Amino acid sequence: MAGKPKVAFYWCACCGGCEETVVDLAVGILDLVQAVDIVFWPCAMDFKAADVEAMADRELAVALVSGAIRTDEQEHMARLLRRKAACVVAFGACSAHGGTAALANLTSKKSIFNVSYRCSPTVENPEGTEPICVLRLPAFHETVRKLSDVVEVDYYLPGCPPTSDSLAEAVQCILQGNLPPRGSVLGSARSLCETCKRNDSKPESVTMPGIKRVLDVQLDPNTCFLVQGVICMGPATRGGCGALCVDGNMPCTGCCGPTDDVCDQGAKMIAALGGILEGDTDELVERQLDRLTDPAGTFYRYTLSASQLGSRREEAGG
Amino acid sequence: MTKTVTIDPVTRLEGHGKITIWLDDRGDVDRALFQVPELRGFEAFCVGRNAEDMPQVTSRICGVCPTAHHMAAARALDDLFQVEPTPAAKAIRKLFYNMFMFEDHLVHFYFLGGPDFIVGPDAPAAERNILGVIGKLGIDAGRKVLDIRKRCRDLMTSIGGRATHPVLALPGGVAKEVTEEKRREIRAFAADAIEFAEFTLGVFHALVLSNQGYVDSILSDVYTTRTNYMGLVNDKNQVDFCGRNVRVVHPDGEELVSFAPQDYATYIAEHVEPWSYVKFPYLRKLGWRGFTAGSGSSLVRVAPLGRLNASAGMATPLAQAESERLYETLGGKPAHNTLAWHWARLVEVTQAAETIRSLADVPELTDPNIRSMDLQTPREGVGIVEAPRGTLVHHYLSDASGVITGVNLLVATLFNSAAICMSIEKAAKGLIRGGRVTDGILNRIEMALRAYDPCLSCATHSLPGAMPLHGRGVDARSPRRLSDVRR
Repeated sequence: MAGKPKVAFYWCACCGGCEETVVDLAVGILDLVQAVDIVFWPCAMDFKAADVEAMADRELAVALVSGAIRTDEQEHMARLLRRKAACVVAFGACSAHGGTAALANLTSKKSIFNVSYRCSPTVENPEGTEPICVLRLPAFHETVRKLSDVVEVDYYLPGCPPTSDSLAEAVQCILQGNLPPRGSVLGSARSLCETCKRNDSKPESVTMPGIKRVLDVQLDPNTCFLVQGVICMGPATRGGCGALCVDGNMPCTGCCGPTDDVCDQGAKMIAALGGILEGDTDELVERQLDRLTDPAGTFYRYTLSASQLGSRREEAGG
Repeated sequence: MTKTVTIDPVTRLEGHGKITIWLDDRGDVDRALFQVPELRGFEAFCVGRNAEDMPQVTSRICGVCPTAHHMAAARALDDLFQVEPTPAAKAIRKLFYNMFMFEDHLVHFYFLGGPDFIVGPDAPAAERNILGVIGKLGIDAGRKVLDIRKRCRDLMTSIGGRATHPVLALPGGVAKEVTEEKRREIRAFAADAIEFAEFTLGVFHALVLSNQGYVDSILSDVYTTRTNYMGLVNDKNQVDFCGRNVRVVHPDGEELVSFAPQDYATYIAEHVEPWSYVKFPYLRKLGWRGFTAGSGSSLVRVAPLGRLNASAGMATPLAQAESERLYETLGGKPAHNTLAWHWARLVEVTQAAETIRSLADVPELTDPNIRSMDLQTPREGVGIVEAPRGTLVHHYLSDASGVITGVNLLVATLFNSAAICMSIEKAAKGLIRGGRVTDGILNRIEMALRAYDPCLSCATHSLPGAMPLHGRGVDARSPRRLSDVRR
């Protein structure tokens, strides 16, 4: 008798939020385990890495890999799962685009050490001791990479985290073989903006009265954030998340990454702002940008590993 | 010829970890080592971010306890901007937080740590999980577990935008108000949540406390470590996840200190060892006394039983009654039994459910005045909450425009890190004899770790960690043998 399709979940540099999405399937988990055997899922099951090593190549029907790649151990596990799985899904923002973990590309290992072992107000370290790696810990790469920089990825399921509905749908598609071309994103093709509930309140042509931070304004729960002067990543972000943040009365921060026709989410958003910001003199525009105090964290919160920006270069000799 | 045994990865907990155990010629445990091979770097890359983004950025430290980071950040922002949240905002935050504690603790009991008891520590590895739990308790009970969690998280989503990585908090308030219709939903949920907490206590009593073998394990020396304890308390010194003061008690139970969040660095320090990436917090005034338990220890343990030990009692009646049963069984307060963390967790589930019920009735919950805009020029702020896994400190510095210039995070699991090392080593030494190693024995060693519900994602927000299990510099002892563990 042919067994059920085998599924693995694994996490690389991540927070575990994508695993919560699996748990959020709730009774859907019972349907899932009716249809498949989960044979590796460290956060919830006692199968070990050796169990994966022992599998035949392509024995897994699908491996859902969350998290970005920062260490050689993560790279090793990504390669191992690629070998053992017929289909690899980049599961969640970190795996798809680097995610929040990739904000580390704006800093360096050296400054991480300084912050942690010298500058912290709680550290008692008069002799300036720094850990010397006497044990073989996984090597720490210079930058945070997305999964597709390391292995071939068949499908992407973006979001930070993806919703449990989108996970259930994706698993269904994979099990039924009802799939778009390899390399596709499993999800909506439209931008969040196009499907936003606040569109009703949006004027024909949006103009943004200068950039404000959410600190600066009482947020109206019905009006388009851009009209309120607050940057919402909706125009540059893939929809399909259910606009949960907008429903929570906070602007979209871009966790689902760009739509298919866009390669750099931040550049797309900057272009969108260029079209709607009021002001026709350089001086006026300059003033409006006063409150744009963290462009990298605003436009590339989840996609630095996939952006044209690259990463911070270590100073010579640093 | 020494033999090494590895548990890779440690499972049914949050984050990456690996245990390596060295056996001597007789097959007894020479030493054991707990490694956390992860690294992300939040304290460094939060610099340069807008302060108001901290609740959302730092929640990504941990997707299992995002609300803990979210709320610690919110409190740090209140302090940073010197703003008092409105009464409605306080009620909404506290409600949201108790809902989070309720569902997070239950995930641990049914999905992560609980299967060791419900299914059994020596059950086949493939059954020690939620599916095994459902098999054991029956499909109806299983659906009940999955349903209550879903209802809780759906409510959280409607209040705070999402359950994983909420968008609720702003300095001085919250982003969205609670409607009267929502209040009715919360009320209905609260009644069922209390009933479910009692159901879960029933499961614990029937399957764990009625099993003499389990009770013997809980009380055994293998799973006992005497330390100081710490937790946030309310003005009656009762457990309060969003309390205002941090209370620390001695292993004998007497109060050592009670301090305000802003003073945390006066009372807590972190020790750096050259052989470990993980820092080891201790009580600054006692000084670093190494990896020692007992009356001379300067280590504090946190999270459920640590919190109960550090308090004068629970803040709600059903939880208080259950905590009295707990201390009676364990032989008095404070209790030092690591496996009893599971029981204390369920006492807290009960308190969370009762707190949700009482907050569902407070009039200010639906007040539309949800955010104070009276922000002052920011400079420095500290926020502390009790995360499910213990005391969590966020400390920010910013420039005058509210852009972050410095971050210090003391996460819950780190406070327990030294004790975790000691507990694992003690379990390994007590359980492995004469080279006999079975899957069940290795799982029982993992149980010493799991009881703490450690969050290794949190523990490694800044650096990759090796958590050595010895107080001495392991490299100095036998560097060559350590090099054998190279992968």
